[in-house]
Amino acid sequence: MFAYYMELALRSLKRNPVLTALMVLAIGLGIGASMTMITVLHVMTNDPLPERSAHLYTPHLDPLPLDYTHGGNGPDPADNLTWPDAMSLLRAHRGVRQAAMAGGTLLALPVQSGLQALYAAGRYTTADFFALFGVPFEYGAGWSAEDDAAGAHVVVLSDELARKLFGRADVVGRTARLGELDYRVVGVVSRWDPAPQFYADSTGSQFSDIDTFFLPLSVAVNEDLPVSGNESGWSDDEKAGSSKRGAAMSWLQFWVQLDTPAQVADYRRYLVNYSAQQKALGRFQRPPTEAALFGLMDWLAHRNLVPNDVHLQLWLALGFLFVCMVNIVALLLAKFLRRSGEISVRRALGARRRDIFVQLGVESALIGVAGGTLGLAIAQLGLWSVRHRPDDYARIAQMDPSMLAGTFVLAVLASVLAGLLPAWRACRVAPALQLKAS
Amino acid sequence: MQILPILSSLRRHRLTAVLLVLQVAFTCAIVCNVVFLVAQRVQRVSVATGIAENELSVIHSSGYTARENAQARHATDLAVLRAMSGVRSVAAVSWSLPLSQSDDSYGVCPDDASRKQAMARRSADGTSCVQPSMYDGTEGLIGTLGLRLIAGRDFTSDDYVVGSAHKPAVAVITRALAQRLYPGKDPLGQSMYLGDAVIRVVGVVDTLLRPNLRTPAVDGYSVVWPQKPDGRTVTYVLRSAPQDRARLLREGRQALLAASPNRLVNPDRMEPYTDMRARFFQRDTTMIGLLVAAGLGLLFVTALGIAGLANFWVQQRTRSIGIRRAIGATRGDILRYFQTENFLIVGAGIVLGMALAFGLNAVLMTHYEVSRLPLFYLPIGALALWLLGQLAVLGPALRASAVPPVVATRSV
Repeated sequence: MFAYYMELALRSLKRNPVLTALMVLAIGLGIGASMTMITVLHVMTNDPLPERSAHLYTPHLDPLPLDYTHGGNGPDPADNLTWPDAMSLLRAHRGVRQAAMAGGTLLALPVQSGLQALYAAGRYTTADFFALFGVPFEYGAGWSAEDDAAGAHVVVLSDELARKLFGRADVVGRTARLGELDYRVVGVVSRWDPAPQFYADSTGSQFSDIDTFFLPLSVAVNEDLPVSGNESGWSDDEKAGSSKRGAAMSWLQFWVQLDTPAQVADYRRYLVNYSAQQKALGRFQRPPTEAALFGLMDWLAHRNLVPNDVHLQLWLALGFLFVCMVNIVALLLAKFLRRSGEISVRRALGARRRDIFVQLGVESALIGVAGGTLGLAIAQLGLWSVRHRPDDYARIAQMDPSMLAGTFVLAVLASVLAGLLPAWRACRVAPALQLKAS
Repeated sequence: MQILPILSSLRRHRLTAVLLVLQVAFTCAIVCNVVFLVAQRVQRVSVATGIAENELSVIHSSGYTARENAQARHATDLAVLRAMSGVRSVAAVSWSLPLSQSDDSYGVCPDDASRKQAMARRSADGTSCVQPSMYDGTEGLIGTLGLRLIAGRDFTSDDYVVGSAHKPAVAVITRALAQRLYPGKDPLGQSMYLGDAVIRVVGVVDTLLRPNLRTPAVDGYSVVWPQKPDGRTVTYVLRSAPQDRARLLREGRQALLAASPNRLVNPDRMEPYTDMRARFFQRDTTMIGLLVAAGLGLLFVTALGIAGLANFWVQQRTRSIGIRRAIGATRGDILRYFQTENFLIVGAGIVLGMALAFGLNAVLMTHYEVSRLPLFYLPIGALALWLLGQLAVLGPALRASAVPPVVATRSV
């Protein structure tokens, strides 16, 4: 029976080839535009570290004075930690692993002649960073807590930067010059680029930045290396409000690994206690309950990385799809009702309403399959154009298999839904009346 | 024109007609808002910077070490660049240029009382102080950028200080900032209070846009002051005839590296100024393209729907058209029948669409930075949709009017 309906549907679609093509085109355009934007939104809200994100948390304190008002456009200073707070949390060692970090850009000079100097973006951090996030090493390993304490001039390079500076990747033990200082290379990591770069300061390009070197945070503080993120000071005393060790300037990010709900609860309690203690000491002025612990995905949601323009584009695409669907409902309705004569003959010959309904449903689904295929092609074209935008998130705009299947399902579902009303209306045609009329 | 028969005929196709009305309504609502968004973005990207955009090129240079003498290097570099044929003038700045996205801004107050008030509040909000963007640069910057000095004077060599650690004693401000700081007064000779420093206004330029845009009200608040850049990274601004820009960038890089190789002159960070401007507005131009494409797509799909349905109706009514023709209706009558029918359907869609347009606008206003939809969009939108409807229905209507009366005598 299904084969027969297919044949009927094909014959009916062929009778009006231009109209069929236009309906397919309308679904294709609507689906293509929507899926392009849904994919962009999907990759932007993706889990950057699927295996570890459930156990990663970032603690937040509010060291700002009571009379501090956060003005308009700038990032919130309370998003980051001050040096004394970060060091206290690090020394308290309440998590399974923890690391403090900040971003920095340094001029890297090539060791091998013939290579170009370049600005390299990287991270100043503490020893646990690599184990905490599971950064894969190609050669060597990270540095130790003793190196952190001693302010040792050691560095871990990315494979990419190693090749740019040395022309090769196995460079453990050699010396790299970054900024004005020499560092001993202790490890080389293979490509590791979680997108978004959840652990970085909010002012960076979250989706396009990749760390190409890692060096001890203590070195960055000792040598006063340039920090690329937001450094917010709030003290009248210029020194306290602008020095890296100052208690009135926030510039550090902090991440901690907590494996069980009990550990998470303990850590929350610890943060509140720490804040209360700092308040008792007179350093903090705001209530200790301002202290918060965010899970990785919660933190990304809190930061709201998706630009307004992308939301607007998504709504525009969905609105477009909606109008296309209304259009198709109207066209299918007119088309089915025009065949009232044929339908009433079939009904008079014994076809049940259900049979007519299925027959017309198959026809709408067929349009949906064709429209979905076209929509998939249009979505690929749309994503290709997104990848060629200079936007931060351009490079990650790719469709994964689940989105691919989703596109198809959406297209067929939309067109079957669009066909429901017309098919239902058409299958109520009374057999006798129509026969009489013709 | 007989409207009643049209209405009673439409009643027989109630569901289809309602769907068409809905489609026109949604199209009207979305397209009105899309056109409005496009107009806002176009206004944003066409903002004037106040500088000679087509004649400027920028080259970014970064020394390998902070231990070198930056002043000596800048002086040599400027001489080398100035010596190239085709260069009309050249100046060095730290990083700030209009729309360069690297900003340097300070709280500035028109008098000491408001400075103290702002200090006590820890904020310039609610006082007469503002946060303008500061433009540093070497001698001749105002001429090189092509700023229009409308009052006062340019800087003299004695005015200059070196590096951001020192505050100059004089400054040139924009007209917009002058009106904000000293309303109703002559800004020349007035004092600006900046932290502990007091700076005298010696000149006013017509327009100078900031490196980053916030709102149009404050985007023109800029100060040029005689402070020479003193870092190992510096940006050279070259003014030349527009056709010389590409050549000068190429030759300028080689000349700088020849003068002292111990530095990075990144080819990615040298460009005609117009490229810098285009990059700043890239998202807006992308958005304009997308909005226009979506608007046209919607109109196209709607026209398609109108034409498709009209086509069906003509086929369906062939017999009754024949009868009408046989009993005396002219071709014009039939043509007008379909045109009127379309006018009514689209009209109903427009009425509903206007309400939806304002609803959509209200939703956009709560979630995005969108202002209220101006009323004059409505008649224009209505006219456009009516026109579109008439165009779409013309083909099927003409075909209907061509139905010969003899059809009436045939049985199907």
